[in-house]
Amino acid sequence: MPSVLPLGDPAPADGILPAQAAVGADSRPFGLYAHIPFCAVRCGYCDFNTYTARELGGGASQDEYAATAVAEVRLAARVLADSGLPARPMSTVFFGGGTPTLLPARDLTTILRAAVEAWGLQEGAEVTTEANPDSVTRDSLQELADGGFTRVSFGMQSAVPHVLRVLDRTHRPERVPQAVAWAREAGLAVSVDLIYGTPGESMDDWETSVRTALSYEPDHISAYALIVEEGTKLAAQIRRGQVPAIDDDDHAAKYTLADGLFAAAGLHWYEVSNWARTPQDACRHNLAYWQGADWWGIGPGAHSHAGGVRWWNVKHPTAYAGRLQHGQSPAAGRETLDAPTREMERIMLQTRLAEGIRISSLGPAGRREVPLLIAQELIQPAAAFRDLLVLTLKGRLLADAVVRRLLPD
Amino acid sequence: MSPMARTATVPAATDPAVIRNFCIIAHIDHGKSTLADRMLQLTGVVEQRAMKAQYLDRMDIERERGITIKSQAVRLPWELDGVSYALNMIDTPGHVDFTYEVSRSLAACEGAILLVDAAQGIEAQTLANLYLAMENNLTIIPVLNKIDLPAAQPEKYAAELANLIGGEPEDVLMVSGKTGVGVEALLDKIVRDLPAPVGDPTAPARAMIFDSVYDSYRGVVTYVRVVDGQLSPRERIQMMSTRATHELLEIGVSSPEPVPTKGLGVGEVGYLITGVKDVRQSKVGDTVTTLHKPATKSLGGYQDPKPMVFSGLYPLDGTDYPVLRDALEKFTLNDAALVYEPETSAALGFGFRVGFLGLLHLEITRERLEREYNLDLISTAPNVEYEVTLEDKKVLKVTNPSEYPVGKIAEVREPMVSATILAPTEFVGAIMELCQQRRGVMNGMDYLSEDRVEIRYRLPLAEIVFDFFDILKSRTRGYGSLDWKADGDQVSDLVKVDILLQGEQVDAFSAITHRDKAYAYGVMMTGKLRELIPRQQFEVPIQAAIGARIIARESIRAIRKDVLAKCYGGDITRKRKLLEKQKEGKKRMKMVGRVEVPQEAFIAALSSDESSKDKSKK
Ligand SMILES: Nc1nc2c(ncn2[C@@H]2O[C@H](COP(=O)(O)OP(=O)(O)OP(=O)(O)O)[C@@H](O)[C@H]2O)c(=O)[nH]1
Ligand SMILES: C[S@@+](CC[C@H](N)C(=O)[O-])C[C@H]1O[C@@H](n2cnc3c(N)ncnc32)[C@H](O)[C@@H]1O
Ligand code: SF4
Ligand SMILES: [Mg+2]
Repeated sequence: MPSVLPLGDPAPADGILPAQAAVGADSRPFGLYAHIPFCAVRCGYCDFNTYTARELGGGASQDEYAATAVAEVRLAARVLADSGLPARPMSTVFFGGGTPTLLPARDLTTILRAAVEAWGLQEGAEVTTEANPDSVTRDSLQELADGGFTRVSFGMQSAVPHVLRVLDRTHRPERVPQAVAWAREAGLAVSVDLIYGTPGESMDDWETSVRTALSYEPDHISAYALIVEEGTKLAAQIRRGQVPAIDDDDHAAKYTLADGLFAAAGLHWYEVSNWARTPQDACRHNLAYWQGADWWGIGPGAHSHAGGVRWWNVKHPTAYAGRLQHGQSPAAGRETLDAPTREMERIMLQTRLAEGIRISSLGPAGRREVPLLIAQELIQPAAAFRDLLVLTLKGRLLADAVVRRLLPD
Repeated sequence: MSPMARTATVPAATDPAVIRNFCIIAHIDHGKSTLADRMLQLTGVVEQRAMKAQYLDRMDIERERGITIKSQAVRLPWELDGVSYALNMIDTPGHVDFTYEVSRSLAACEGAILLVDAAQGIEAQTLANLYLAMENNLTIIPVLNKIDLPAAQPEKYAAELANLIGGEPEDVLMVSGKTGVGVEALLDKIVRDLPAPVGDPTAPARAMIFDSVYDSYRGVVTYVRVVDGQLSPRERIQMMSTRATHELLEIGVSSPEPVPTKGLGVGEVGYLITGVKDVRQSKVGDTVTTLHKPATKSLGGYQDPKPMVFSGLYPLDGTDYPVLRDALEKFTLNDAALVYEPETSAALGFGFRVGFLGLLHLEITRERLEREYNLDLISTAPNVEYEVTLEDKKVLKVTNPSEYPVGKIAEVREPMVSATILAPTEFVGAIMELCQQRRGVMNGMDYLSEDRVEIRYRLPLAEIVFDFFDILKSRTRGYGSLDWKADGDQVSDLVKVDILLQGEQVDAFSAITHRDKAYAYGVMMTGKLRELIPRQQFEVPIQAAIGARIIARESIRAIRKDVLAKCYGGDITRKRKLLEKQKEGKKRMKMVGRVEVPQEAFIAALSSDESSKDKSKK
């Protein structure tokens, strides 16, 4: 979640949602995202809304953060009810950052408990936290599991020291298998995040990282092509020529390599950048984003969605905490999407999924592209005969171009 | 010391003996308009507080670029030895594209101030304009300007000037348009040295049109110089070339605002308003007479300027085509040098082929069209006019490479110019090398002084209109200056080079070049396009071809990755907005076959390498 907020309409101080948010809410799952905006150091490539200071003050310090987040949980429950949305137990919860595990495990479970009190939690719900390998211990992982977490996603990024160095990662590679083992012990499902295409990373380096990650036998892997976000240290280094620029062809080759190795190890893609051992191991929280579910995002800069209404909180933790202390909604802006825009988002998000998108649900312009997409080997012919548009490997690498062709004129 | 005149002369009742008509001519930027400012001030026609630099450069584009495009005539009162005189001063442009403006101004004068920058010395347009003035039998007053500059070398250049036009170096006046030094003395000298106009006040009226300007409030304003007889308000006048008659609604003088008068008499310069709406009904060079007592012999014509370079102008947004059409029509009302006709391009849609006097004229016209009519335009690579004779003896004029006939060509003629280059002697070698590369043939060389030469070449126009001057400047460290004029045509070995994208010819990129230069053009253009066209989902070959023969090729590799790695809850809005932008961007793409070419690529591929904005000034 890049930290620059979009431009939208102003959000009211009481946070009440437009009527559209409630329409059809009964049939939509509901989830919670909790943003923890703290990190030990800022990685050079990272554009997330995160802060390294312990003392931001005014309810935004690391010590006070859990209490502030709980305040938003309570406000959220009230706003949803007052906006006419039914109370729905959460089907998924995701703690992301920043580095959620920089806070004591107790703080995370406190926030989770408040949310469960507010909405309830579905039987078998997925509760994930992101974690940096060096910000967890055997005990903290056990405490998270005891407090209701079911899944942990480790930011491994690479197994190669010189690549980790360019990425500014502080952990030693050996730390990852240890953290994975502890998580397993605690009964948590495990995912690891990888980044490929870092300047200076060779094809062999990348293969090493992929094979190393697979050797930990995770349930799930996310592999991201490195994005050079504007305004980051990495972007400046590239601009000044201090590190080489990233290269799309290199990305494509590395994606292809990884996809092959993952598949051989029994991990299958279900979204452009995500692979899971079984369909049950897919990250259900993230799938909910792509399938148009409702979720509330708590924390500074966090985004939320309900029935085609999207809103986002003020960015800075101090401003965020200040709003809540005055009993006001921390929402900074929002947009109420009309039907064509929702349709555009649906195509944009579902095309990325292995489950695909119904061809018959596309407009005439999109349907017209289908034969050409088959001919260009961008979508799977067999699926197309079953009315499903599913990307091929080549198509996944050109997913944005495919999406542009599927949109109505 | 001559104060401003106490009693101003009265138009229509001014004795020709107290009239002096002169223009200020010089190389570009030598300070004509600034000197004119001082004259406006000293003679009191512009009040001190209304004064601003280059007062007579009124168009926005003149002010922004600091150059004169249109001549301006002003009547100035001046007193010498107790006699009140009427001076008609015409400030002229210095840029070679607008030489025709200078020649029409000269026709209204008996004398010319030849102004030379005392830090630069004589340059190519100094010579060109001097030559024009002598051709018109004008009396020349040589003047060195900018003597306030520390780098000024007045003695050296006074000698050069005296050498050029005869006379003694001491006769060369020294002035500074900036400080005003010497300007009064110059005005006195104008009165003393320039001949008064002569004409027959009783003969049928004859007035020479030397400018014709469309004004949205007043219609066409026609500037004339009366030679014989008298013109009076409310009279019916007649254009001698067409015999068309018009009612004279207003007659007056510029000082410098228009001041209506009781008429204009022999030797006077002023304006006429008849209510016509098109400058072509009031043609520069035509003779005005009166209907009740018409003259029989016209004053002798002035030729319409001939367009030298042609370019296709296309609106970026196809729906702007009617706006562009109307805008061009309005522009021609005021610019007899501009010609246009509709054309279509497979790549660019509907547009116009427009003829210009030179690249500066093109650039200025385009900029004014964009600004005044809020248009975004693409202009295709400029071309000269070729004359193609087919084997069946049919003759075609080709100004657009895509109209170049295929096969069966007997001969092709291209327009030539005679060029004069002035530069310090040390650069002779470099200049000759450049002209040789440009297929030039030397016509001669003269030493103006020990350290300055004039080199004359005959060159194909196509070789000099584009980047020649920039290269000349850089090879002579800024000291070289260039003047050129049309000089017939010649048979040349020319070919048309086509550019193909994925096998499809892109008409906007075709060019006519000399056979020896076709390869270089092909390599340059295919290379440029490879950089400019974004990678597509398939490989795109780019080829340059003469007919069916491929002479250069490049290829754009297929794009392999076009996907954002991450698209989570907080990314969705941003990602969607990006998609919306890309969709908009797709509308700005031109399709060449299946290849999407951004309009920016067309613009960039068609513009010359360096931004030509400020360089084209000289
Ligand atoms: N120092 C100094 N600068 C001058 C003098 N006269 C003109 N300039 C400067 O020279 C530049 C060109 O002056 P203009 O009066 O616009 O020259 P021009 O000959 O009318 O130029 P074109 O109309 O474009 O041919 C301007 O920057 C003037 O300020 C002078 O006597 N002394
Ligand atoms: C919210 S982040 C942070 C989680 C945790 N703080 C960490 O860094 O390990 C989740 C994942 O996004 C990925 N990521 C962050 N910035 C990225 C970038 N600029 N390009 C590609 N992936 C990025 C990393 O793989 C990271 O593990
Ligand atoms: S630890 Fe994670 S969230 Fe923090 S700066 Fe690094 S990548 Fe960003
Ligand atoms: Mg001027």
